[in-house]
Amino acid sequence: MAKFTAKPKDLINIDYTTPKTEWMDTPTEIREHMFCHATKAKDLETVEFPNIHEWRPQDEDWKLPANWEQTILQGMQDLLKKYRSFQLFMDICVRCGACADKCHFFIGSGDPKNMPVLRAELMRSVYRGNFTLAGKILKKLAGARKLTPAVIKEWWYYFYQCTECRRCSVFCPYGIDTAEVTMMARELLNLLGLQLGWIGGPVANCYMKGNHLGLEPHTIKSSVEFFLDDIKEITGITIEPTFNRKGAEILFVTPSGDLFANPGTYTAMGYLMLFHELGLDYTWSTYASEGGNFGFFTSNEMAKRLNSKIYAEAKRLGVKWILGGECGHMWRVIHQYMDTWQGPADFLQEPVSPITGTKFENAKATKMVHIAEFTADLIKNNKLKLDKSRNDHLVVTYHDSCNTARGMGMLEEPRYIINNVCNHFHEMPEDTIKEKTFCCGSGTGLNASENMELRMRGGLPRANAVKFVKEKHGVNMLANVCAIDRATLSASVDYWVPGTAVCGTHELVANALVMKGEKERTLDIRLEPLPGKEASE
Amino acid sequence: MKMLLPFVAVMALVAAALMAVNVANLHFLFGVAIPYIAFAVFTAGFVYRIVKWASSPVPFRIPTTCGQEFSLPWVKQNKIENPSTATGVIIRMALEIFLFRSLFRNIKAELRDGQKIVYGSDKWLWLAGLAFHWTFLVILVRHLRFFVGDVPMSIAMLEHLDGFLQIGVPMIYITDGVILAAIGYLFIRRVLLPQIRYISLPADYFPLFLIAAIVVSGILMRYIVKVDVVGVKNFTMGLVTFTPVIPATLMQGNGAWFFLHVFLISVLFAYFPFSKLMHMGGVFMSPTRNMINNSRMVRHVNPWNYPVHVHTYEEYENDFRDKMKAAGIPVEKE
Repeated sequence: MAKFTAKPKDLINIDYTTPKTEWMDTPTEIREHMFCHATKAKDLETVEFPNIHEWRPQDEDWKLPANWEQTILQGMQDLLKKYRSFQLFMDICVRCGACADKCHFFIGSGDPKNMPVLRAELMRSVYRGNFTLAGKILKKLAGARKLTPAVIKEWWYYFYQCTECRRCSVFCPYGIDTAEVTMMARELLNLLGLQLGWIGGPVANCYMKGNHLGLEPHTIKSSVEFFLDDIKEITGITIEPTFNRKGAEILFVTPSGDLFANPGTYTAMGYLMLFHELGLDYTWSTYASEGGNFGFFTSNEMAKRLNSKIYAEAKRLGVKWILGGECGHMWRVIHQYMDTWQGPADFLQEPVSPITGTKFENAKATKMVHIAEFTADLIKNNKLKLDKSRNDHLVVTYHDSCNTARGMGMLEEPRYIINNVCNHFHEMPEDTIKEKTFCCGSGTGLNASENMELRMRGGLPRANAVKFVKEKHGVNMLANVCAIDRATLSASVDYWVPGTAVCGTHELVANALVMKGEKERTLDIRLEPLPGKEASE
Repeated sequence: MKMLLPFVAVMALVAAALMAVNVANLHFLFGVAIPYIAFAVFTAGFVYRIVKWASSPVPFRIPTTCGQEFSLPWVKQNKIENPSTATGVIIRMALEIFLFRSLFRNIKAELRDGQKIVYGSDKWLWLAGLAFHWTFLVILVRHLRFFVGDVPMSIAMLEHLDGFLQIGVPMIYITDGVILAAIGYLFIRRVLLPQIRYISLPADYFPLFLIAAIVVSGILMRYIVKVDVVGVKNFTMGLVTFTPVIPATLMQGNGAWFFLHVFLISVLFAYFPFSKLMHMGGVFMSPTRNMINNSRMVRHVNPWNYPVHVHTYEEYENDFRDKMKAAGIPVEKE
């Protein structure tokens, strides 16, 4: 596969004209740089997925199993009976088109099959043809079509060009959520063994080793120890976190991406420094070492299998409650799915901050608190000594993660934190933040490298809003609360708006946090000299 | 084709009705039998669809949150767009159903100067949608005067309000003009906007044409061709009391327009449960809108939740025990 070399000025030359042929008669071309590689058979074997076989998306023959048609139709039937959302969303769309230009992939590509309404019609057309009377009789006149291998390819191509961000659902007059349709489509494709490498690999890793990156227990510990050396260099303070410690009050779970690569690692350093300063009685776990859940991008069952480790580990260690790090889809899962799958969590206690005594009422059943809620409460109760000027070299804007915005509604806590640790904060345009926030363009397991054109196209609306505040206010730091954002916005911002960095919110906290017994800081968390302090070096 | 076929279909329905009564004298079939059948199909079909939706469970609590959630006491919650109580959901749903809240949010994205994406408010669809649905409702309620003996005050009031412009004899109803304009906008938009034209199906044009034909035939009867209104009332009262009669005044002359009107409405009723028009019932049941966002506070039960195969801690420790011990990580079995 050739390297992706398209220049931003060419990529932004987007063609929004619709093809001359009707969409059902317009064949789907599987285009290079727009799709991810197929998964390795061994990864799927690890988690016992069905119909494992070798295939390549660019090949003509995908070697579908002999009974592929029956598998899909039976699968659809099952899902229609299990999910009212799916049944309803197949039936009630009026094709008003309010969702059309709300999708970041449509805005960035102009491909009409990326309009949420048409993406769903790819599925609805098959639904009508096989499950409705009108569709069976009137066929194409009723918007129905036959299920063919070409349809399967089209599904695969376009349902892996949706990041389940739910922005379309905000604007739909009936709340039709393409994320639900995409989840069903991916579940169906998974039945045929058509999984992505970038999803299958992390799922297998997470199942066997506890995290997507496949970090083994001793590696997790040594990664953290590496951060501790940096923290010592910055602050002069020695921190000694614990792992898999029984009897701790709190279990801390965060996405493994934070332990692995910049700039997520700086966020992890922020957690370590904050917890040390508070003297928090907490532990990391190497078994439940993943907050994120790539299983969520394969099937409901797989998501539940991976998620089970969090409660199981909390129970084994005997903690009182669970604190969760900064991550997007992790929080969709924790907030809207975990308790339903694994609960009731009656072996835990209703979360209370040991520092402020605040009861986290909104987490009293699930017993898991978001770290932004935890930290905002600390700041409100004046429990942290903060020196905002240590972030004066940064002009910050905040990117709401899709899932915490539209699948939870945590909008104000991160902003409150940032405003208390930074002097320079500017919002992006109103239509691109909060419930109207744009996806980074690489969520739901699409953060691979071979689909870079897709990612840059999907990332365009977000990057464009960053560009706006960069030109207007000189913004040079894009803060967020999502591990995938930290990993992927770096790439899309580099491409579209060079000169802007990306960070987690707790990196900014760590910069500002005045710790007991620390030496005078001359470096920020990235080990770069603090402005005005270079001379004292 | 997507547009032409539904148009031809509606025209064929019009021609069929006019010929049936004018040529073949099928007044009873088109005025009595078909309306009864259509109403039965509508009722049974509507109930069937709702029951079918209701029999699919809602396994997870998945509201689309459009504002700040219930959180710390000092964080201001958006109690309607992100409800944590049933009252909040009721208000959210009421705003959605009566005022089309989500459509009101509509914005338009545009790539300008080949380099920046700009967003602008775009409320025309909201306005036309709202105008169409509300006028449709008012017109429907106005028609109730044909189905009750003495016209209740409320209906008379509504007619009065609808005709407050006091133009012409008979008084021109505002709703008649507004609904035509709204249908016109919804149609033109579908044709002129390339993306919307691309996604449109015959099933999107057919109800538009059908409803337009119903409105036009009604307006014709009221203002132009003049049908014997007393005869119409006798007829409709006969229908609702299951003692159908066809007054002689409707059997001749302009009476055919009335049978056309009744037939097209019957087609709409019978078509309704099999079509996208079921969004009328569906909007009440959408789980992204009608659920409370309290899933971390109150456990939501999935009726088909089942045990799954997991990789236990014990298995994990068996895989890594030596490495864990070497790294000083506590283990269960030494």
